[in-house]
Amino acid sequence: MPDLSRLDPLKPVLPWLLLALGLVAPFALSAYDLNLLARFMAMGILALGLVLIWGHGGILSLGQGVFFGLGGYAIALHMKLADLPSGEIPDFMVWSGRDSLPFWWIPFSSPAFTIAAILIVPTLVGALFSWAVFHRRVGGTYFALITQALALAFSTLIISRQDVTGGFNGLTDFYSVFGFGLSSPGTGSGLYWVTLVVLCIAFVALRWLLASRFGILLRAARDGENRVRFLGYSPTPFKVVAFAIAAMLAGIGGALFTLHAGVVSPALIGVVPSIEMVVWVAIGGRYSLAGAIVGALLVNLARDAVSSAFPELWLYLMGVLFIFVVTLLPRGLAGLVQGKAA
Amino acid sequence: MDALFLNQLFNGASLASLYLLAALGLALSFGLMRVINMAHGEMLMLGGYLAWMTLLVVPGALGIILAIPVAFVGAAAMGGFIQSTLIRRLSARPLDTLLATWGVSLILQQGARDLFGAVGVEVRAPEWLTGSFVAFGVTLPSARLFIILIAALVLGGLALLLLKTRIGLLVRAVNQDRMMASASGIDVKRVDFAIFCLGSGVAGLAGVMLALLGPVTPNVGQSYIIPAFLVVVMGGLGSIVGTTASAIILGLFAALAQIFVDVSVAQMLLLVFVILFIQVRPQGVIAVKTRQLDA
Repeated sequence: MPDLSRLDPLKPVLPWLLLALGLVAPFALSAYDLNLLARFMAMGILALGLVLIWGHGGILSLGQGVFFGLGGYAIALHMKLADLPSGEIPDFMVWSGRDSLPFWWIPFSSPAFTIAAILIVPTLVGALFSWAVFHRRVGGTYFALITQALALAFSTLIISRQDVTGGFNGLTDFYSVFGFGLSSPGTGSGLYWVTLVVLCIAFVALRWLLASRFGILLRAARDGENRVRFLGYSPTPFKVVAFAIAAMLAGIGGALFTLHAGVVSPALIGVVPSIEMVVWVAIGGRYSLAGAIVGALLVNLARDAVSSAFPELWLYLMGVLFIFVVTLLPRGLAGLVQGKAA
Repeated sequence: MDALFLNQLFNGASLASLYLLAALGLALSFGLMRVINMAHGEMLMLGGYLAWMTLLVVPGALGIILAIPVAFVGAAAMGGFIQSTLIRRLSARPLDTLLATWGVSLILQQGARDLFGAVGVEVRAPEWLTGSFVAFGVTLPSARLFIILIAALVLGGLALLLLKTRIGLLVRAVNQDRMMASASGIDVKRVDFAIFCLGSGVAGLAGVMLALLGPVTPNVGQSYIIPAFLVVVMGGLGSIVGTTASAIILGLFAALAQIFVDVSVAQMLLLVFVILFIQVRPQGVIAVKTRQLDA
């Protein structure tokens, strides 16, 4: 599929439409709804990364929650420390019988270190992890299974280290970030604008990347990895870089999500949420950047509407959506629009 | 060698047996069709609930013996249904199969939650399975010995089936070269179906074993299925010997790691071990030799 424009059916219109909606939203929505929208947009940033690796790279990751969580916990550690009077430790550590901060918490009191950690830690973990698997030419289904094991191991590790991670309940009760009070209305809309800007930057950067030589090689490696090798390229660096970028986007999305939601916990990043992230993109359209954002927004809106009223119904609905989209709509909603247009 | 080590060695053997029973079906179907059924863990769950229901009807020692074929047939039927309605349609898209079958897994788990409740049900094992033996200063619970015995029997039966019967011959042919097998007149789709049913049945049987160890809950399969996936990753494509070896290695590793660290760290170490292992042998413990480029 060399022609990228065919992959994004609404290419000329949809991104601008989304942007317009994003610009209008702060003036049209209540503070509560705006916060909800901002959360879903943070998830949209993660979804963009999945388009890169899954749609265009053929790499199915069932462990994006891990990178989402790394970003989310990084900002959460900072906010926990920022709210503390000097010399004290977070309350849950006291309850768990600790009397001092673990050493790896300490640098997170610096805002600069925290921002660097959000950008670098998920990227580095993603790069090392994917390199370890891809450079031995293990991929496809095997890679998906290994990423799922990673999601399980990461979330269990957090749950079991209650005294330093907050355990199953995660980290919550944040009051300020980088000196701004989280309860003041200005911070809420400010964070919304930050999220919108990050989402736009990620979108434009990925659109450029996918149209570049890098994107062509990534798609080539997806469709015929060995043929790419015969042409003299090693597919491994392309796949590793793509995975690292997706991990970085997941980390940024996780950090922003944590700011909006005011909580990060293993329940948001484990095996089940990780695979739900894939379904956002499957529904929106795995080849389409704009489609993935729409998918993340729609699925989470639906989840919000359905699961508060009928929590058990949501799981059935998710299951049916998985089966339906994958068997009948492999290109997602974006493919549906394309089918009508063509 | 101290008692703790021997005890964990024994626990590792029984854990390996469970991993093996859970992974055999996955590995067999993966070898043939290159697809993984993410709802395979729910075959374990189904087996557990079928065992519980069988024991409601026929209590006592006979019940547990009867539960084994009931769970086998029930899970095989469910597996056959999933294969023929869903997986067959997706056969050329292995990653999409993962996602679609995950959807099936969600529905089955929630279905079990609605039917049997979220708390889980207890299977009361007969007396000859609740006791324990003492050997070399280690207490060996009968239930765990029974699990090891059943796993060995299943493995032996499967080996006989694959090596000595006509069905086994067909399965090995499709496993080695699907196109040539099809060209020489083998109905590869029927072979796929039969193996899928068989693998699901073995998982159902593993569910009976799980029911002997603890309560059957809607997500009982989830705690065993991810290690079973790792067993498949490490075992090597299409090799039963490789899958068995890999189940034993990972079962022992998980149990022995727990001497030094807690369960959650052991889980992380298990993953690290598998990643390190594929640095050395990316093709798995044993891989069937093939001339195909994209195996």
